[in-house]
Amino acid sequence: MDKIKLVEATQVKTDVPTFSTGDTVNVHVRVVEGDKERIQQFQGVVIGKRGEGMGATFTVRKISDGVGVERIFPTHSPRIAKIELVKTGNVRRSKLYYVRGLASKQIRQKTTNVT
Amino acid sequence: MSGLLGKKIGMTSVYDENGISIPCTVIEAGPCYVTQIRTKERDGYEAVQLGFDEKPERLLTKPLQGHFAKANTKALRLLREFRNFNPSELKIGAEVKVDVFAKGDKVSVTAKSKGRGFQGVVKRHHFSGVGMATHGQSDRVRAPGSIGASSYPSRVFRGMRMAGRMGFENVTVKNLVVVKVIPESNLLLVKGSIPGAKNTYVEIRK
Repeated sequence: MDKIKLVEATQVKTDVPTFSTGDTVNVHVRVVEGDKERIQQFQGVVIGKRGEGMGATFTVRKISDGVGVERIFPTHSPRIAKIELVKTGNVRRSKLYYVRGLASKQIRQKTTNVT
Repeated sequence: MSGLLGKKIGMTSVYDENGISIPCTVIEAGPCYVTQIRTKERDGYEAVQLGFDEKPERLLTKPLQGHFAKANTKALRLLREFRNFNPSELKIGAEVKVDVFAKGDKVSVTAKSKGRGFQGVVKRHHFSGVGMATHGQSDRVRAPGSIGASSYPSRVFRGMRMAGRMGFENVTVKNLVVVKVIPESNLLLVKGSIPGAKNTYVEIRK
């Protein structure tokens, strides 16, 4: 296993902030259009994290124009320019798949009001 | 043309320049030592025998002790011949390292596949089983079906695909692209999967 880590060490990002499920993050994604590159931001609640090493991904959910949108990002992908931690949440589950059925107000309550 | 012996370490993924994830297998390749050179005059064919993976000298049999003493190499666990080498380039006892490969090379990898034990025809030969699970068929879902006619030929033809031992055989995967070579730690990354479990010995040919 340590030899695989050796291979991954050259590519694993070290500047990824520690965030967990329930946090609100702003993901800066590099978008290449023709020969131009620009940054697209995707802000939402992290509803799950999985995997380790190069295979690690996290899922961000946001409500865009009344429609729920989820994106799965590979944590160490070079296409992700930056991950910004906007707000820390307070949840008791590691996977928040149940928020898909909730209104955004309820999600807000769920990710903050647990004490 | 060249080749190398190695050991499968496992799989991971790396990103290329365009940010696309490439699934790849990590192989600990070499260092190998030339233990013998077969020549046309003496052996009737040309080949290079490579050895890989050191082992304690006390585990050697007398014949192997002599073999390694002749080549002046360490005691090695695995010996294999490679015919695609140019024997005139190498001396006996020489070290062959992973830097014989470069990024972008196409290689073939041969290894012993994982043993699956006694398996039925659905898994072993990709049969689709017999018909439906309903309409009175209670135990035919994974059955092979007919294995031949009756009074003529009154026997089952040789080579008929049936259930039996599966896996643990030499499997070669061709045209794997070398994604990365790390000479400091003797590691080789090829795109895609290769046969066998972790720590399986593999032969890599270019």
